[in-house]
Amino acid sequence: MKFAIQVNEGPYQHQASDTAFQFAKAAIENGHEIFRVFFYHDGVNNASRFTLPPQDDRHVVNNWASLDIKNAEGEPELVVCVAAALRRGMLDESEASKNSIEGNNLHPAFRISGLGQLIEAGIQCDRLVVFGD
Amino acid sequence: MATKKFMYLNRRSSFGTVYAIESLEVVLIAAAFEQDVSLAFMDDGVYQIVEGQETDGIGMKNFSKTFHALGDYDINKLYVSKESLEERGLSESDLMPLVYEDEDDDWEEKPSVKVVTNDELKAIMSEQDVCLSF
Repeated sequence: MKFAIQVNEGPYQHQASDTAFQFAKAAIENGHEIFRVFFYHDGVNNASRFTLPPQDDRHVVNNWASLDIKNAEGEPELVVCVAAALRRGMLDESEASKNSIEGNNLHPAFRISGLGQLIEAGIQCDRLVVFGD
Repeated sequence: MATKKFMYLNRRSSFGTVYAIESLEVVLIAAAFEQDVSLAFMDDGVYQIVEGQETDGIGMKNFSKTFHALGDYDINKLYVSKESLEERGLSESDLMPLVYEDEDDDWEEKPSVKVVTNDELKAIMSEQDVCLSF
C-alpha cells in the first residue's frame, strides 16, 4: 500500500512523531511504500539538525533521516511546510539567504515546500495517516 | 488528477493553539486542487465559526472573517456537531451566517453551515477518502 504520513507535533514534548516514525518504519519493513511524510504545525521542529538529545535517549530527527525516504529524482520526501517552518524559525539555506539571515537549521534529509504537497499526497496515496494529539 | 473526498475535521477553538488557523490555511490551499472538500466542526472546534469574534485585546489575528471567503472557493459543506454546540450552550443562531452562491440554481445564495448530529457526522465521515484532523 502507498502511504502518506502527516506529523503535527514537534519532537520530545509529544510522542506523535515517535509513533509516526515507528509506523513508517514498520510499513517499509513490511513492503509498503511511504510516498511522503509531511511535517506541519510544530511538526516542523522534527527537522532541526541542531537537535541534540542526551546520548541515552532516541534521536527523533536522525530516526526520520535514517528512513532515507526519497522520490525518483532523489529528493527527500520528508517535507516541511514552508509557512509553518518560517513562522517557527526553521530555515534551509535558500530561505535563510532570501531573508538575509545567517545560518540555517534544516537537516539535509528534509526539504521545505508548500501545503500543496500535503494535498497532493492525499490524492496520490491509498492512505493519509495523521499523527498528532 | 483524481477527485477525492477530503474532510477537514476541526476540534479546537480559534485561539489558545495554532491548529485552527493552520487548518484554515490548508483548506484554502486545497481549494486549488479541485477536490470534493467538506469541513466538520466538533468539540471546541465549534467556537471557530461563532459570530462576533473580537481579538483586539489578545493581540492575535482575527481570521474568522476568512470563513466567509470559503463559499467563493466552492467550499460549501460545513458540518457542525449538534451535540458539541449544545454542550457549550450554543445554537445555530450563534454561528456566522456563512453562505455560497449555487451555480446550479441561478446563483442563489444558500447556507453553507449544516448542523448535524454526531451519528450523521459519523456517516458523512465514513464516506470520505481523506480525513485531516486538526
